[in-house]
Order: sequence, then structure tokens, then C-alpha cells
Amino acid sequence: MYDAGKIILGLVFFLVVITFPIWYNAASGKAAYVPELKIITTAKACVAPTEYMKVAHMHLLNQWRDEVVREGQREYHSFDGKVYRKSLSNTCLDCHSNKTEFCDRCHSFMAVGQPNCWNCHIVPEEARP
Amino acid sequence: MSIDRRMFFRIAGLASLGLAGKPVLEALAYGENPAGVKPAPASPGSIQPAAPLVARRWAMVVDLKKCIEQGDCKECIAACHFWHNVPDFGNPKDEVKWIWKEPFQHVFAGQEHEYIEDKLRHQPTLVFCNHCDNPPCVRVCPTKATWKREDGIVMMDEHRCIGCRYCVVACPYGSRSFNWRDPRPFIKKLNPQYPTRTRGVVEKCDFCTERLAEGQIPACVEACKAKAMIFGDLESADSEVRALLRDRFAIRRKPELGTNPEIYYLV
Repeated sequence: MYDAGKIILGLVFFLVVITFPIWYNAASGKAAYVPELKIITTAKACVAPTEYMKVAHMHLLNQWRDEVVREGQREYHSFDGKVYRKSLSNTCLDCHSNKTEFCDRCHSFMAVGQPNCWNCHIVPEEARP
Repeated sequence: MSIDRRMFFRIAGLASLGLAGKPVLEALAYGENPAGVKPAPASPGSIQPAAPLVARRWAMVVDLKKCIEQGDCKECIAACHFWHNVPDFGNPKDEVKWIWKEPFQHVFAGQEHEYIEDKLRHQPTLVFCNHCDNPPCVRVCPTKATWKREDGIVMMDEHRCIGCRYCVVACPYGSRSFNWRDPRPFIKKLNPQYPTRTRGVVEKCDFCTERLAEGQIPACVEACKAKAMIFGDLESADSEVRALLRDRFAIRRKPELGTNPEIYYLV
């Protein structure tokens, strides 16, 4: 191969440039960033354990939607024996009334910023500081 | 097998003992909540589930006489449209409506005639979804976004509606409205208890299923000052709707189509 040194050097330079965003983020600590959610409720527990809600709230909401609309079952019996009304606007958002600081932070970070729930379901007015 | 007299008495005695034990058995069968014992107070964060209104076949009776006497009131319409966040676009082309008034001769086309009673002729008549027993809208819906519930309510699932508007075309009563535009900005006062709709879905009266589940009667029935709207169970012989239908002559809209509408108008 002619000019092997130049080519290899060029390739290494190319790789460094193309992967720059990855190692830059790793070095600056941005890769370890997790959005911080603000919980403003005084309630001790959610309708399901926090770990479950983190990964599966969308499945729970879909399940609630189908059970309420299609089967008319509107009560949710939670893991700790409490009874809740299955309602996004009137149960979930009762506690998490700060949608911008709770829902939106993760959703924007994960680039699922616009779930179409809010086209119909009403978000309560957020208390402005 | 033949039974002698002694044997008969023995069995009869045992059977009566069994009957005496029935209340105990019943109390056991209800488990945590035997008759007379109040349920434990709900833990904080819990709701006390309300007793829902249930029926085998929901239906509505509209007493046109009372409705006419009341004059040109709009309480039922206002109550329904507020409760369900129905928008007012201000033009008939985009109009969304769950309950509204039409002239009598339009509502009962084919049942009126040239010399019909003066007070009926131009009488604005209350119309809304007929919750047909044989609903054509359900038949044409390609996604099962609309279906007939076991209690007869023709229900609408806006989550599943794809906006094809087959149902709008199929409904012979014009009970269905399509959201051509985003309705949010056109709702004067939002009711946070109920969602709005979005652009591209069909909506209609659903007999306030969400209110029935909480033990409340439909918003229009509750709002009517003249008590001209009566809501009840057609399958229960001692319900108010059945009593009215027994005593007075009632007509329905376009019964000849075979949709079997379940809104009855007393004339």
C-alpha cells in the first residue's frame, strides 16, 4: 500500500472526529444525565410501585382506557388495597398536577414528547410560581 | 324408591333445619360485608366507590306536551354541552352537537300531515342519539369504535375512531357529529371532569355513561325544569318509562327503517 502512514493517520483522525459527540458527552458527564422529576404530592404511594410506574405507566394507562371505555370497569384496586378511580385527568393528575415538571421532563428527554393523550384529556392549570 | 311416613318426617325435619341455617350461610357467602355491617372506612387516597345506576335496557321518554308547555328553553342542551365539553364553532358547517332541537315536521317526517295541530307544526322537538336496538352506525364501523353495550347504550370510543365517517352517513337521525377542526379553542368553559375530543373523530350522545357509573342520571334529564325527559329501564316492568308507555301514546323516529330506536316521544 502506498502512503500507508498517511492513510492510517487519516482514518484515525476521521474516526476521532466522527465519534467526537459520544466521547465528549461521556467525558463531560452528560451521558450520565437523568431528568429530575418534581413530585409535589403529599401522598405516600402511587397506584402501583414506583419502579413499575417508571417502566409501565403507559401500559397501565392503556389498560385503564380499555377497561373504562369498553368494559365500563372504572375502579382500580391497587397493590396496597386502595381503590382508585381510573382517570388520567382526575386521578393521575390530581397528584401530578405539574405536567411540565413531571411528565414532560422524561418525555422530552426520551423524545416521546407529544403523546396524543393531551389532545383530548385536560391538563389542569398549573400553579405559576 | 318409596318413602314411609317416618322417613318423610325425618327428611322434612332435616330440610327445615337447613332452611333455618340459610341466613347464616348468606352472611358467610357475602364474606367481609354481611347485611347490616358497614364497610370499613376507605384508607386515605382511596375513593368510596359510588353505586352505579344499572339497567338491562336504558331508554328515554320525551314528554312533548311538557316540553311544549315549557316554551323555548335550552337547559338540557346547555347542561349536556357543558358537561361533555361540546364546542360551539358558530357555524352550521362545522357544528358538533349531542342534543338539539329540530322542527316537529322534520323530526317526524312522514308522520306529520298538512293539517297537523298548530302547536306541533313548528314545535322545536328535542332530538339526540336514539340508542337503537339495531344500530346501523355500529354495523358500518370498521374499527369497532362504536358498539352497543349490554345495557343498550350505543357507546363511542374516540380512542379507536379513525374518522372515516361511515357512521355519520349510516345514522338516519343525524345524531353523529364529526370534528373537522380542533374543538379545544371553541369550548367556552372547560369541564375538567370530562375530556374534550380531538380533530378527526366522531362524537355523539352516550346517555352519560360516566355519570351512570357514579350513580347520577344523565345531565339533560337532571337539568330539565319541566321533567319532560324521563330516563329508565325498559326491561323492568315497574320503571317510570314503562308506566308512561303503558298509559300514553308514544311515537318514535323513523321506526319503519327497522333500527328500533329507543327514544319515545309522548304526544
